[in-house]
Amino acid sequence: MTRLLAAALAALALVGPAAAAAADRPVQADLEAEIVCPTCKTTLDQSSSPIATRMKAYIRAHIAAGDSAAEIKAQLVDQFGPAVLAEPPKRGFDLLAWLLPLGALAVGAVVVAALAWTWSRGRESAGGQEENGLDPDLERRVDEELARYDD
Amino acid sequence: MTGRAKTVGQSIAIAAVIGLLALLVWKLAFGDGQGAAGALAKGENPVAPAFTLSRLDAADGKLSLADLEGKAVVVNFWASWCIPCKDEAPALQKTYEQYRKQGLVVVGVDAQDFRQDAKRFAKRFGITYPIVYDGSGSTLGKWGVTGFPETFFVDRTGRLVGERIQGGIDAERNREAYAEGVRLALGKQQ
Repeated sequence: MTRLLAAALAALALVGPAAAAAADRPVQADLEAEIVCPTCKTTLDQSSSPIATRMKAYIRAHIAAGDSAAEIKAQLVDQFGPAVLAEPPKRGFDLLAWLLPLGALAVGAVVVAALAWTWSRGRESAGGQEENGLDPDLERRVDEELARYDD
Repeated sequence: MTGRAKTVGQSIAIAAVIGLLALLVWKLAFGDGQGAAGALAKGENPVAPAFTLSRLDAADGKLSLADLEGKAVVVNFWASWCIPCKDEAPALQKTYEQYRKQGLVVVGVDAQDFRQDAKRFAKRFGITYPIVYDGSGSTLGKWGVTGFPETFFVDRTGRLVGERIQGGIDAERNREAYAEGVRLALGKQQ
Protein backbone atom coordinates (compact mmCIF):
# COMPACT_ATOMS: atom_id res chain seq x y z
CA MET A 1 0.00 0.00 0.00
CA THR A 2 2.82 2.39 0.96
CA ARG A 3 4.61 1.45 -2.25
CA LEU A 4 1.52 2.19 -4.29
CA LEU A 5 1.13 5.59 -2.65
CA ALA A 6 4.79 6.42 -3.25
CA ALA A 7 4.48 5.44 -6.91
CA ALA A 8 1.37 7.58 -7.32
CA LEU A 9 3.11 10.57 -5.73
CA ALA A 10 6.15 10.11 -7.98
CA ALA A 11 3.90 9.93 -11.05
CA LEU A 12 2.14 13.14 -9.96
CA ALA A 13 5.48 14.86 -9.45
CA LEU A 14 6.48 13.95 -13.00
CA VAL A 15 3.15 14.69 -14.66
CA GLY A 16 2.54 18.02 -12.86
CA PRO A 17 5.36 20.09 -14.41
CA ALA A 18 4.85 18.43 -17.81
CA ALA A 19 1.17 19.37 -17.77
CA ALA A 20 2.03 22.91 -16.72
CA ALA A 21 4.59 23.17 -19.55
CA ALA A 22 2.01 21.88 -22.04
CA ALA A 23 -0.45 24.50 -20.83
CA ASP A 24 2.14 27.29 -21.35
CA ARG A 25 3.11 26.03 -24.77
CA PRO A 26 1.91 28.32 -27.56
CA VAL A 27 -0.83 27.00 -29.81
CA GLN A 28 -0.23 27.19 -33.56
CA ALA A 29 -3.82 28.21 -34.33
CA ASP A 30 -3.74 31.01 -31.72
CA LEU A 31 -0.56 32.48 -33.14
CA GLU A 32 -1.86 32.22 -36.70
CA ALA A 33 -4.85 34.30 -35.60
CA GLU A 34 -2.60 36.91 -33.99
CA ILE A 35 -0.09 37.39 -36.82
CA VAL A 36 -0.78 39.27 -40.05
CA CYS A 37 0.46 38.15 -43.45
CA PRO A 38 2.54 41.11 -44.74
CA THR A 39 1.48 40.79 -48.38
CA CYS A 40 -2.26 40.12 -48.01
CA LYS A 41 -2.87 42.02 -44.72
CA THR A 42 -5.10 39.31 -43.27
CA THR A 43 -4.23 37.05 -40.37
CA LEU A 44 -2.22 33.96 -41.24
CA ASP A 45 -5.16 31.63 -40.58
CA GLN A 46 -7.05 33.45 -43.37
CA SER A 47 -4.25 33.29 -45.90
CA SER A 48 -2.50 30.70 -48.01
CA SER A 49 -0.09 33.07 -49.77
CA PRO A 50 3.53 31.89 -50.12
CA ILE A 51 4.81 34.15 -47.32
CA ALA A 52 1.90 33.19 -45.04
CA THR A 53 2.67 29.51 -45.63
CA ARG A 54 6.34 30.17 -44.85
CA MET A 55 5.42 32.07 -41.67
CA LYS A 56 3.17 29.23 -40.51
CA ALA A 57 6.07 26.81 -40.99
CA TYR A 58 8.34 29.20 -39.05
CA ILE A 59 5.88 29.32 -36.15
CA ARG A 60 5.50 25.53 -36.16
CA ALA A 61 9.28 25.05 -36.06
CA HIS A 62 9.73 27.51 -33.23
CA ILE A 63 6.91 26.03 -31.16
CA ALA A 64 8.61 22.65 -31.58
CA ALA A 65 11.90 24.25 -30.51
CA GLY A 66 10.23 25.35 -27.26
CA ASP A 67 9.93 29.10 -27.88
CA SER A 68 7.16 30.96 -26.08
CA ALA A 69 4.42 32.89 -27.93
CA ALA A 70 6.02 36.19 -26.89
CA GLU A 71 9.40 35.09 -28.22
CA ILE A 72 7.95 33.97 -31.55
CA LYS A 73 6.04 37.24 -31.92
CA ALA A 74 9.17 39.25 -31.07
CA GLN A 75 11.14 37.35 -33.73
CA LEU A 76 8.47 38.03 -36.34
CA VAL A 77 8.29 41.72 -35.39
CA ASP A 78 12.08 41.87 -35.76
CA GLN A 79 11.79 40.52 -39.30
CA PHE A 80 8.59 42.14 -40.56
CA GLY A 81 8.03 45.12 -38.27
CA PRO A 82 5.24 45.81 -35.72
CA ALA A 83 2.52 45.77 -38.40
CA VAL A 84 2.81 41.99 -38.40
CA LEU A 85 0.88 41.90 -35.11
CA ALA A 86 -2.90 41.78 -35.52
CA GLU A 87 -3.27 43.69 -32.24
CA PRO A 88 -1.08 46.80 -31.91
CA PRO A 89 1.22 46.83 -28.86
CA LYS A 90 -0.09 48.69 -25.80
CA ARG A 91 2.76 51.22 -25.67
CA GLY A 92 4.06 54.34 -27.38
CA PHE A 93 2.18 55.73 -30.35
CA ASP A 94 0.38 52.38 -30.87
CA LEU A 95 -1.34 52.92 -27.53
CA LEU A 96 -3.54 55.45 -29.33
CA ALA A 97 -5.18 52.59 -31.23
CA TRP A 98 -6.47 51.31 -27.88
CA LEU A 99 -7.19 54.66 -26.23
CA LEU A 100 -8.95 56.48 -29.06
CA PRO A 101 -11.94 54.08 -29.29
CA LEU A 102 -12.31 54.19 -25.50
CA GLY A 103 -12.10 57.99 -25.60
CA ALA A 104 -14.68 58.13 -28.39
CA LEU A 105 -16.93 55.83 -26.35
CA ALA A 106 -16.59 58.06 -23.28
CA VAL A 107 -17.31 61.22 -25.30
CA GLY A 108 -20.32 59.48 -26.87
CA ALA A 109 -21.63 58.48 -23.45
CA VAL A 110 -21.26 62.06 -22.16
CA VAL A 111 -23.06 63.44 -25.24
CA VAL A 112 -25.91 60.93 -24.88
CA ALA A 113 -26.20 61.68 -21.14
CA ALA A 114 -26.23 65.44 -21.80
CA LEU A 115 -28.89 65.07 -24.48
CA ALA A 116 -31.01 62.84 -22.24
CA TRP A 117 -30.69 65.34 -19.39
CA THR A 118 -31.61 68.28 -21.65
CA TRP A 119 -34.58 66.37 -23.06
CA SER A 120 -35.91 65.35 -19.64
CA ARG A 121 -35.55 68.93 -18.32
CA GLY A 122 -37.41 70.24 -21.34
CA ARG A 123 -40.26 67.83 -20.70
CA GLU A 124 -40.36 68.70 -17.01
CA SER A 125 -40.62 72.44 -17.63
CA ALA A 126 -43.21 71.86 -20.34
CA GLY A 127 -45.21 69.70 -17.91
CA GLY A 128 -44.85 72.35 -15.18
CA GLN A 129 -46.19 75.00 -17.49
CA GLU A 130 -49.20 72.80 -18.24
CA GLU A 131 -49.87 72.34 -14.53
CA ASN A 132 -49.35 75.91 -13.29
CA GLY A 133 -49.88 78.24 -16.16
CA LEU A 134 -53.64 78.25 -16.94
CA ASP A 135 -54.82 80.41 -19.77
CA PRO A 136 -55.74 83.77 -18.07
CA ASP A 137 -58.92 84.00 -20.08
CA LEU A 138 -59.98 80.53 -19.01
CA GLU A 139 -59.04 81.29 -15.42
CA ARG A 140 -61.18 84.41 -15.48
CA ARG A 141 -64.15 82.46 -16.86
CA VAL A 142 -63.74 79.75 -14.21
CA ASP A 143 -63.66 82.41 -11.51
CA GLU A 144 -66.83 83.98 -12.94
CA GLU A 145 -68.61 80.64 -13.00
CA LEU A 146 -67.56 79.84 -9.45
CA ALA A 147 -68.70 83.30 -8.28
CA ARG A 148 -72.12 82.71 -9.91
CA TYR A 149 -72.50 79.46 -7.94
CA ASP A 150 -71.52 81.25 -4.77
CA ASP A 151 -74.28 83.77 -5.42
CA MET B 1 -27.34 77.01 -21.97
CA THR B 2 -29.18 74.22 -23.84
CA GLY B 3 -29.26 76.21 -27.05
CA ARG B 4 -25.54 76.98 -26.73
CA ALA B 5 -24.63 73.31 -26.17
CA LYS B 6 -26.73 72.37 -29.17
CA THR B 7 -24.94 74.97 -31.33
CA VAL B 8 -21.51 73.75 -30.18
CA GLY B 9 -22.47 70.14 -30.92
CA GLN B 10 -23.75 71.03 -34.36
CA SER B 11 -20.60 73.06 -35.08
CA ILE B 12 -18.38 70.10 -34.12
CA ALA B 13 -20.39 67.73 -36.30
CA ILE B 14 -20.26 70.09 -39.28
CA ALA B 15 -16.51 70.65 -38.79
CA ALA B 16 -15.95 66.87 -38.69
CA VAL B 17 -17.93 66.36 -41.91
CA ILE B 18 -16.05 69.21 -43.67
CA GLY B 19 -12.73 67.76 -42.46
CA LEU B 20 -13.56 64.30 -43.82
CA LEU B 21 -14.70 65.78 -47.14
CA ALA B 22 -11.48 67.81 -47.43
CA LEU B 23 -9.46 64.66 -46.74
CA LEU B 24 -11.36 62.79 -49.45
CA VAL B 25 -10.84 65.61 -51.98
CA TRP B 26 -7.13 65.84 -51.14
CA LYS B 27 -6.73 62.07 -51.48
CA LEU B 28 -8.51 62.05 -54.84
CA ALA B 29 -6.59 65.06 -56.16
CA PHE B 30 -3.07 64.32 -54.94
CA GLY B 31 -2.87 60.80 -53.58
CA ASP B 32 -2.78 58.54 -56.60
CA GLY B 33 -1.47 55.75 -54.33
CA GLN B 34 0.92 54.55 -57.02
CA GLY B 35 4.11 56.15 -55.74
CA ALA B 36 6.96 56.81 -58.15
CA ALA B 37 5.69 54.10 -60.49
CA GLY B 38 2.52 56.14 -61.06
CA ALA B 39 4.52 59.21 -62.11
CA LEU B 40 6.71 57.05 -64.35
CA ALA B 41 3.63 55.61 -66.04
CA LYS B 42 2.46 59.18 -66.82
CA GLY B 43 5.70 59.77 -68.74
CA GLU B 44 7.39 61.74 -65.95
CA ASN B 45 10.90 61.10 -64.65
CA PRO B 46 10.56 61.54 -60.89
CA VAL B 47 13.49 61.48 -58.51
CA ALA B 48 13.93 57.91 -57.30
CA PRO B 49 12.50 57.62 -53.76
CA ALA B 50 15.32 57.57 -51.24
CA PHE B 51 16.00 54.63 -48.96
CA THR B 52 18.59 53.62 -46.42
CA LEU B 53 18.37 49.94 -45.53
CA SER B 54 20.56 47.33 -43.89
CA ARG B 55 22.62 45.23 -46.25
CA LEU B 56 21.88 41.56 -46.32
CA ASP B 57 25.49 40.66 -47.03
CA ALA B 58 26.99 42.77 -44.23
CA ALA B 59 26.40 42.34 -40.50
CA ASP B 60 25.90 46.01 -39.67
CA GLY B 61 26.34 47.78 -42.97
CA LYS B 62 23.72 50.01 -44.51
CA LEU B 63 23.20 51.09 -48.07
CA SER B 64 21.56 54.30 -49.11
CA LEU B 65 20.43 55.04 -52.64
CA ALA B 66 22.13 58.42 -52.21
CA ASP B 67 25.46 56.59 -51.83
CA LEU B 68 25.15 55.54 -55.47
CA GLU B 69 24.94 59.09 -56.83
CA GLY B 70 26.54 59.33 -60.27
CA LYS B 71 25.95 55.66 -61.01
CA ALA B 72 23.31 53.98 -63.10
CA VAL B 73 21.18 51.79 -60.82
CA VAL B 74 18.88 48.89 -61.50
CA VAL B 75 16.61 48.54 -58.46
CA ASN B 76 15.04 45.11 -58.23
CA PHE B 77 12.34 44.37 -55.62
CA TRP B 78 12.14 40.70 -54.79
CA ALA B 79 11.46 38.04 -52.14
CA SER B 80 12.84 34.54 -51.73
CA TRP B 81 9.34 33.00 -51.81
CA CYS B 82 8.58 34.49 -55.24
CA ILE B 83 8.96 32.06 -58.13
CA PRO B 84 9.71 34.55 -60.97
CA CYS B 85 12.39 36.09 -58.72
CA LYS B 86 14.25 32.79 -58.89
CA ASP B 87 13.96 32.70 -62.66
CA GLU B 88 15.30 36.21 -63.19
CA ALA B 89 18.13 36.11 -60.62
CA PRO B 90 20.80 34.81 -63.07
CA ALA B 91 19.89 37.52 -65.62
CA LEU B 92 20.26 40.28 -63.00
CA GLN B 93 23.64 38.91 -61.93
CA LYS B 94 24.70 38.81 -65.59
CA THR B 95 23.67 42.48 -66.05
CA TYR B 96 25.72 43.45 -63.01
CA GLU B 97 28.80 41.65 -64.28
CA GLN B 98 28.40 42.96 -67.82
CA TYR B 99 27.91 46.68 -67.02
CA ARG B 100 29.67 47.07 -63.68
CA LYS B 101 32.74 48.66 -65.26
CA GLN B 102 30.51 51.21 -66.98
CA GLY B 103 29.22 52.37 -63.63
CA LEU B 104 26.03 50.33 -63.31
CA VAL B 105 24.97 48.83 -60.00
CA VAL B 106 22.17 46.35 -59.46
CA VAL B 107 20.55 46.76 -56.03
CA GLY B 108 18.26 44.01 -54.83
CA VAL B 109 15.63 45.08 -52.30
CA ASP B 110 14.48 41.97 -50.47
CA ALA B 111 11.09 42.83 -49.00
CA GLN B 112 8.47 41.06 -46.83
CA ASP B 113 10.75 38.11 -46.42
CA PHE B 114 12.76 36.23 -43.79
CA ARG B 115 16.34 37.49 -43.66
CA GLN B 116 17.75 33.97 -43.51
CA ASP B 117 15.69 32.83 -46.50
CA ALA B 118 16.99 35.79 -48.50
CA LYS B 119 20.58 34.98 -47.57
CA ARG B 120 20.12 31.39 -48.69
CA PHE B 121 18.58 32.63 -51.93
CA ALA B 122 21.55 34.94 -52.63
CA LYS B 123 24.00 32.14 -51.93
CA ARG B 124 22.12 29.65 -54.08
CA PHE B 125 22.05 31.97 -57.10
CA GLY B 126 25.59 33.28 -56.64
CA ILE B 127 24.45 36.90 -56.30
CA THR B 128 27.31 39.34 -55.78
CA TYR B 129 25.48 42.64 -56.28
CA PRO B 130 24.36 44.48 -53.12
CA ILE B 131 21.13 43.37 -51.53
CA VAL B 132 19.31 45.38 -48.88
CA TYR B 133 16.69 44.02 -46.51
CA ASP B 134 13.25 45.63 -46.09
CA GLY B 135 11.32 43.09 -44.06
CA SER B 136 8.42 45.43 -43.28
CA GLY B 137 8.16 46.57 -46.91
CA SER B 138 8.52 50.24 -45.94
CA THR B 139 9.87 51.22 -49.38
CA LEU B 140 7.14 49.55 -51.43
CA GLY B 141 4.52 52.31 -51.17
CA LYS B 142 6.91 55.12 -52.13
CA TRP B 143 8.08 53.22 -55.19
CA GLY B 144 4.60 51.98 -56.06
CA VAL B 145 5.55 48.33 -55.96
CA THR B 146 2.49 46.10 -56.16
CA GLY B 147 4.08 42.65 -56.43
CA PHE B 148 7.33 40.78 -56.85
CA PRO B 149 9.51 40.99 -58.78
CA GLU B 150 9.49 44.58 -59.98
CA THR B 151 12.42 46.42 -61.51
CA PHE B 152 13.16 50.15 -61.88
CA PHE B 153 15.97 52.04 -63.58
CA VAL B 154 17.68 55.08 -62.05
CA ASP B 155 19.94 57.23 -64.21
CA ARG B 156 23.15 58.94 -63.08
CA THR B 157 21.22 62.03 -61.95
CA GLY B 158 19.04 59.97 -59.62
CA ARG B 159 15.88 60.08 -61.74
CA LEU B 160 13.73 57.15 -62.76
CA VAL B 161 13.92 56.32 -66.43
CA GLY B 162 12.43 53.73 -68.76
CA GLU B 163 9.52 51.58 -67.67
CA ARG B 164 8.69 49.92 -64.38
CA ILE B 165 9.02 46.21 -65.16
CA GLN B 166 6.45 44.01 -63.46
CA GLY B 167 7.37 40.35 -63.48
CA GLY B 168 10.64 38.69 -64.33
CA ILE B 169 13.10 40.66 -66.46
CA ASP B 170 13.83 37.45 -68.34
CA ALA B 171 10.19 37.03 -69.39
CA GLU B 172 9.68 37.35 -73.15
CA ARG B 173 7.38 40.37 -72.79
CA ASN B 174 9.87 42.26 -70.60
CA ARG B 175 13.20 41.67 -72.35
CA GLU B 176 13.05 44.67 -74.65
CA ALA B 177 11.91 47.06 -71.91
CA TYR B 178 14.66 45.74 -69.65
CA ALA B 179 17.40 46.31 -72.24
CA GLU B 180 16.02 49.79 -72.90
CA GLY B 181 15.91 50.58 -69.17
CA VAL B 182 19.55 49.57 -68.73
CA ARG B 183 20.54 51.68 -71.76
CA LEU B 184 18.66 54.75 -70.47
CA ALA B 185 20.11 54.35 -66.96
CA LEU B 186 23.63 54.25 -68.38
CA GLY B 187 22.82 57.33 -70.46
CA LYS B 188 23.75 55.71 -73.74
CA GLN B 189 22.53 57.16 -77.02
CA GLN B 190 20.54 54.79 -79.22
